[in-house]
Amino acid sequence: MMVQGIRNFFKTFMLFELLKGMAVTGRYLFARKITVQYPEEKAPQSPRFRGLHALRRYPNGEERCIACKLCEAVCPALAITIESEQREDGTRRTTRYDIDLTKCIFCGFCEESCPVDSIVETRIYEYHGEQRGDLIYTKPMLLAIGDLHEEQIARDRAADAKYR
Amino acid sequence: MLEIELDGKLMQVAEGSTIMDAASQAGTFVPHFCYHRKLSIAANCRMCLVQVEKAPKPLPACATPVTNGMKVWTHSDAAVNAQKGVMEFLLINHPLDCPICDQGGECQLQDLAVGYGASESRYQEDKRVVANKNLGPLISTDMTRCIHCTRCVRFGQEIAGIMELGMIGRGEHSEIITFVGKTVDSELSGNVIDLCPVGALTSKPFRYSARTWELTRRSAVSPHCGLGSNLTVQVKQNRVMRALPRENEAVNECWISDKDRFSYEALNSEKRLARPMLKRDGNWQEVEWPVALEFVAKELQRIKGTHGAAAIGALATPHQTLEEMHLLQKLLRGLGSGNVDFRLRQADFSMDGKRAGVPWLGMSIADINTLDRVLVIGSTLRKDHPLIAQRLRQAAKKGTEINLLHAVDDDLLMRIANRAIVAPALLPQTLAQVVKAAAEMRSVAVPEAVRAVVVGVAVADAAKRMATSLTSGQRAGVFLGNFAEQHPAAGELHALVQALGEILGCAYGFLGAAANSVGGYVAGCVPGGRVPGKNARQMIEAPLKAYLLLGVEPELDMHNPRQATAAMRQAELVIALSPFQHRATEYAHVLLPIAPFTETAGTYVSTEGRVQTFAGVVKPLGETRPAWKILRVLGNLLGIPGFEHDSAEDAQREALHGKSEIFNKNNKLSNTLGVPPAAGGGLLRIAEVPIYAADALARRAPSLQQTRDAQPPVATLNRALAEQLGLQPGDLVRVVQDGGEAVVPFAIDDRLPADCVRLATGQPETAGLGAAAAPLTVERVAQTQKVAV
Repeated sequence: MMVQGIRNFFKTFMLFELLKGMAVTGRYLFARKITVQYPEEKAPQSPRFRGLHALRRYPNGEERCIACKLCEAVCPALAITIESEQREDGTRRTTRYDIDLTKCIFCGFCEESCPVDSIVETRIYEYHGEQRGDLIYTKPMLLAIGDLHEEQIARDRAADAKYR
Repeated sequence: MLEIELDGKLMQVAEGSTIMDAASQAGTFVPHFCYHRKLSIAANCRMCLVQVEKAPKPLPACATPVTNGMKVWTHSDAAVNAQKGVMEFLLINHPLDCPICDQGGECQLQDLAVGYGASESRYQEDKRVVANKNLGPLISTDMTRCIHCTRCVRFGQEIAGIMELGMIGRGEHSEIITFVGKTVDSELSGNVIDLCPVGALTSKPFRYSARTWELTRRSAVSPHCGLGSNLTVQVKQNRVMRALPRENEAVNECWISDKDRFSYEALNSEKRLARPMLKRDGNWQEVEWPVALEFVAKELQRIKGTHGAAAIGALATPHQTLEEMHLLQKLLRGLGSGNVDFRLRQADFSMDGKRAGVPWLGMSIADINTLDRVLVIGSTLRKDHPLIAQRLRQAAKKGTEINLLHAVDDDLLMRIANRAIVAPALLPQTLAQVVKAAAEMRSVAVPEAVRAVVVGVAVADAAKRMATSLTSGQRAGVFLGNFAEQHPAAGELHALVQALGEILGCAYGFLGAAANSVGGYVAGCVPGGRVPGKNARQMIEAPLKAYLLLGVEPELDMHNPRQATAAMRQAELVIALSPFQHRATEYAHVLLPIAPFTETAGTYVSTEGRVQTFAGVVKPLGETRPAWKILRVLGNLLGIPGFEHDSAEDAQREALHGKSEIFNKNNKLSNTLGVPPAAGGGLLRIAEVPIYAADALARRAPSLQQTRDAQPPVATLNRALAEQLGLQPGDLVRVVQDGGEAVVPFAIDDRLPADCVRLATGQPETAGLGAAAAPLTVERVAQTQKVAV
């Protein structure tokens, strides 16, 4: 009791806590920096990153989606709306494929359920909308994203292939 | 009763039942594909293998009769092993294309593969591929998916009565095919879509348009034939996507006709009328409801003021609901006019005022199966009443003798014991022969009412054979078909049938042309009562100043299309209430869009007197409104008391006088026949309504219109007549009737009676002709020119 009292007395004017705190600061001052200087720098991403959606095509240019509607059925946020019909060549195709990104929770169930790897989530996380409707992505928009990033998407699928 | 042990539980089952019957009695599900309780047992899918005590191998539950003391295990290791083995074989050749298969989500193979399939296939070799077949405009095929359960084949043979699908080849080379170059044309063909346990046969109009899990199921009642088939209408986003049967053993069992199944297409058609239209200075303009209704009310008042209320008439199709017909007649009677009718195709109204009650089938629909002697007068059963025909077909298989008295001899796909095919004018006379012969055989006097007609006739052999057949049975039934009901001597036929019923002591009745043929009488939508009125024929023959058309297309729906169109053209006011745009634009002054059966609540009274109420399944399209609401508001605008209905139920309660199911069903006629005038000479027209031209919906269903039954009209005559006219193959004929004419191709059918030309009514091509049963002249038109394509 007595010893504790004396120790506290000295601590009150010897700034011990301050020095302790400064020591932490000092340590980080000389440690290796891990701050990412966004937007100049970007954080590394896993091939499994779940960002903005895309609809893919086959190498011959044919869209992959066959309007099976499994993604629509599995989507827990009901963000996907699909309408389908028989295309002139007799195949089953979508006439409408909308993803409402304000509803989407990026769970990745849609890409997991897709039997033809058509709907995928890309590494893109930088997109915005200035009006409400801007975040409803339609079929042409999603296909355009797929066309633009097909190389990256294909690489990511290949990297993850053995775990699927 | 036999006592067996099923899965360790003792139970009693009827003698002669199979293990499958016992299992369904116990509520145990045995997996199966080829078994269907309405079809014969094939036992070729082997999915229902179960373990039976003392049997060295598993036995198929569907084909193994139970014996006393039998011990069965449906889910033992041995049974499940056998079932899994079968499933593995089934999946060997089944493509893994569930994502694009329309059956996905409602597929028996998919469901059972979850329970009995392995997660991976051991089969590494190539799968077989089978070419798709063209089964016509209604059924699409993906034959690679077929698991050869042969349900579709058995359906054709046993239920539809015609084997249009069959299986050839063995083992891996088995294939379901049609006859070379033939499509499936049965009027019940759509049922194979429901029967197919996989996605081999799917609906063509529905193809790829929705998934089963997206669809909301709502109950409805078919608006087509008098049977009142129960439907499940599937809806997505306020749009009817398809119609399926709703099981009702007493009405449609588990089937529906193609007309019930595919007519929904018309509901989504471009030809729907979505906004009220008013003709102003010769131009059609879209207007708001209040404007249109006030115009109608004002004009009706004006006509009433200048020409009297008797110059106003209302016609409704027998496909309108009970509520609509009730309010229509109430509106007209409130205006002071009794001119209201729904029997548009009827030619003979001599029975009016002599009926003891509402004419109906005379028995319940289910009772048809219990008859052992049947006489059908004037009905092409297959096309007019597909499912009643199906019941009679089943009865005929069990030994019921079916006798047919008609003007045409189409193949009804059932065994006809005796037939008499006579010219339309001779129908009553031939029936009189049957009455006379039956009375003689039963040694009873011919009833007083028809004695004058019957006494003089000489009984021909065919009539004698029919009478022999009818008098020899235990339970007979006599039915008047659409052709008899629309016959110019319908009253005479009715009286004769009543006499025959009295002689045989049997039930008799009308097969009922439309969904609400009975309901129209119940609603009082016929002239009679306090305010005298004109019937449908009189309204057309002595044209009125104003017509209110409830769903009617006069050039297609009326007995005499030519006269009807002329009557409409001369009228000062034609108010057309219709769900569709149609030719009324040529003569109407206002078009009001009304809701079809899926968009309004309503009631149909089926031909057996079953009152079936339904609610709307989707919201009315655009500005469309249920007709009962329109009529109610019109009643208010015209200041007629008693139009305070807040719901369709209110109107229904009023129409049925609060007595829900009970109304006076009675076919009795207090009519004494005089000696009929001799029939005139000349050619007679036999005009039936083709199956897909019978109502507004079927006429606008694109897929139905591509079927063989919806071909443009052809004048059919027998060889002698064709030779007399000098017709060469490829010729056209000009048919002239009542000053109107139609140029149509011809066909030869030697089964037609002499001096008759069969030419359908209810189609635009023949809308210029006169009454359905009137004389006509036919002449040859030069050989058709070969048109270069």
